[in-house]
Amino acid sequence: MAFRTASVVALGFVVGPALWLIVGVIARAVPHWRWNVLTTVPLGNGGGLENALLGTLVIMAGVLVLAGTVGVLAGIHFAELARPKRNGRAGSSSLRVASEVLSGFPSIVLGYVGYVALCVGLHWGFSLLPALLILSLMVVPYIAKSTESALRQVPTSYREGADALGMATGYALRKVVIRSAMPGIVTGVLIALSIAGGETAPLLYTAGITNSLPSSALVHQPIAYLTYYVWTDYNQPSAQAHNLSYDAALILIVLVLILLVSARVIVYRTQRHSESRR
Amino acid sequence: MTGPADFGSPDSVTTGPVPPLRPARRRGGILRRCEEPLWRWGGRVASLIPLAGLTFVLVVLAVKAWPAIRVNGPGFLTRSLWQPGSTYGAPVRTGGVLHPVGSSYGAWPLIAGTLQSSFIAVLVALPISLGAAFALTERLPKWLSRPLGFFVEVLAGIPSVIIGLWGVLELGPFLARHVYPLIANHVPNVAVLRYFRGSTGYGEGLMTSGLVLGLMIVPIIASTTRDLFLQVPPLPKEGGEALGMTDAEVARWITVPWVRSGIIGATVLGLGRALGETIAVAMVSGSILGQVAPNVYGTMTTIAATIVSQLDSAATDGTGFAVATLAEAGLILAVISIAVNVAARGIVNRTSRLAAPVGRV
Repeated sequence: MAFRTASVVALGFVVGPALWLIVGVIARAVPHWRWNVLTTVPLGNGGGLENALLGTLVIMAGVLVLAGTVGVLAGIHFAELARPKRNGRAGSSSLRVASEVLSGFPSIVLGYVGYVALCVGLHWGFSLLPALLILSLMVVPYIAKSTESALRQVPTSYREGADALGMATGYALRKVVIRSAMPGIVTGVLIALSIAGGETAPLLYTAGITNSLPSSALVHQPIAYLTYYVWTDYNQPSAQAHNLSYDAALILIVLVLILLVSARVIVYRTQRHSESRR
Repeated sequence: MTGPADFGSPDSVTTGPVPPLRPARRRGGILRRCEEPLWRWGGRVASLIPLAGLTFVLVVLAVKAWPAIRVNGPGFLTRSLWQPGSTYGAPVRTGGVLHPVGSSYGAWPLIAGTLQSSFIAVLVALPISLGAAFALTERLPKWLSRPLGFFVEVLAGIPSVIIGLWGVLELGPFLARHVYPLIANHVPNVAVLRYFRGSTGYGEGLMTSGLVLGLMIVPIIASTTRDLFLQVPPLPKEGGEALGMTDAEVARWITVPWVRSGIIGATVLGLGRALGETIAVAMVSGSILGQVAPNVYGTMTTIAATIVSQLDSAATDGTGFAVATLAEAGLILAVISIAVNVAARGIVNRTSRLAAPVGRV
C-alpha cells in the first residue's frame, strides 16, 4: 500500500511542477496580453514580437527543409539500404554511432563552433544560414532515429508483397514502405521542429538579434527569434521588458503545444487504424 | 465422337519435372527503375552528414583550443579562478601565444559545477521517474494514465529557456523562502550533511540548478521506463504475486530487473542531457565564476553556462585568448558528453539486441 502511494506521489512530483510551470508562465503573460504583440516589432523596452515570431517560423521552416531532408534520407539509409554486415549486425554502425553521439552533444558547443567557424571564420556574420546549419546538425540525428524506428515497424510482409508484385525496389520503397511509415516519420519531424523552435543556446551566437522583420538574406543579416526575448528580457529593469519576455514564453508554449499535439494526434489516428495494433 | 468422353483427362495435370518459375519481371518505366539509385545515394550522402558534422565540430574545437591548452597547461583542470586579464595593457606572449596581461584561467569550478548539478539531477529524477512510470503503467486507470503520459511527454518538449524562466522566477524564490531554510536549520552537522547547512541564498544556485535539471530529465527517464514496463510480460509478475509477493516486491524483484539495463541506459542518456544543458542552468545557477559552491545552495556555474554567458565578453579580448579558453572548456564538456553517450549506447545496445524485431537485421 505504501508502495502504491509512493508511486502516485512520485507521479505527482512530475505532474505538479510541470503544471506549476505551464500555469505559472501563462499566468504571467495572460493578464497583460495584447494581440498587437503579434503584429508590431520591439520598440524601446516594449513593442511587440512580430520579428521574433516570424524569425522563429522562418528558422523552423529552414530546419524542416534542411534537417528534414537529410534526417529522413539518413533514417531510410540506416533502416533499409545500409547492407548488414557479415556477422549479422546492422550496417553503417560507425555512422550510426556518430549520429547518436551528435544527438547527445551539448548544444552550446555546437553554437560556439557555429560562431567561431561560420559567423567569424567564413565572415557570414550573425545570420540565418549559420543558425540553420547548426540547428539542423542538432536535430538531424533525432529525425534520422525516429525515421529509422518508424521504418523498422513496417512489417516485412509489406516489402515481400511489393517484391512479389514485381515492383522496382526504389518505387516499392517509396510507395509501400515509406508510405506506411509516414505517420511515424512526420511525428519525428514535428517533434524535431518543436526542439528547433525552442532552442536558445545554439542561436544566441549564430543568429544574432535584430528588431527588423526577417529578410530573404541568408548571410550578413541577423534574424530575431522568440527564445532570445525570454532569455534576455526577464531580468531587464523595466516592466515592459518583463512582459515581452512572458509574452514570448507564452507564444513559444503555444507553438510547441501545437506541434506536440498534432504529433500525438497523428500517432493516435494511425494506431487506431493499423492492423498491428497492440 | 472421336474417342471416349474427355472425363478428367490428365491434360491439365502436370507430371514430370516442374518448369522453373520465371523470375518476376520488374514492372514500371525507366523512371521507376531510376528511383532506387536516387534513394541509395541520397541516403548514403545524408547518413554521412552527422559524422562529417561531428568531425568538423571536434576539429574546430581542438584547433581553437590549442593555444589555450598550451598556455593554461594541465593546471586548467584544477585551478579555481577566471581572470580575463587587462585588455588595455599590451598583450604578452607565453610559449608563442599572445594573451592579455594577467589573464589566468582555471576550469575546476565549472567542471565541479557541471558534475555536481547533474549528479543532483539524476539523484532526484531517477526515483521519481521510476515511481511515475509505475503509477502510469500499473496503478492508474487507462483513461487517466494516457493523458498523464502525454503530459509527461509534453514536459520533455517545453523549451529549456521557459523552464529556466520558471526556475528563476517561481521555483528558486519559493525554495529559498520556504524549503531551504527549513532544511538548513534542521540538518545535523555531520559529514556529508554539512553541505546542507549554512547560508541558503536567494534561490539561485547548485540545488535549484540540480532540481531544474532533474525536472528536465524526468520525462526522458520516465517515458522510456514506462515503455519498458509495458514490455514486461504479465506471467512472471502474476507468478510473483501467486507466491505471495507484495506489489513492492514484484516491482523490486521482477519488473525492474527485467528491464534494468534499459533503465540504466535511459538514466545515462538523461545524465548526458543534464551535463550539456545550457540555458536553464545559466538562468538559475547564479553564474559565479572561479568558485566552487560552498554548500548545496551556493551559486555556481557549469561549463555550458559559462560558455553562453562569457562568449560575448570573451569576443572583446583582442588577442582571441579568452575565446580560445572557452573552446578548451567546450572541449572538456564535449569529451565528458561523448564518454557518457558511448557508455549509454553500450548499455542500451546490450538490451535492445534482445528486442530486435524478428526477421529484420
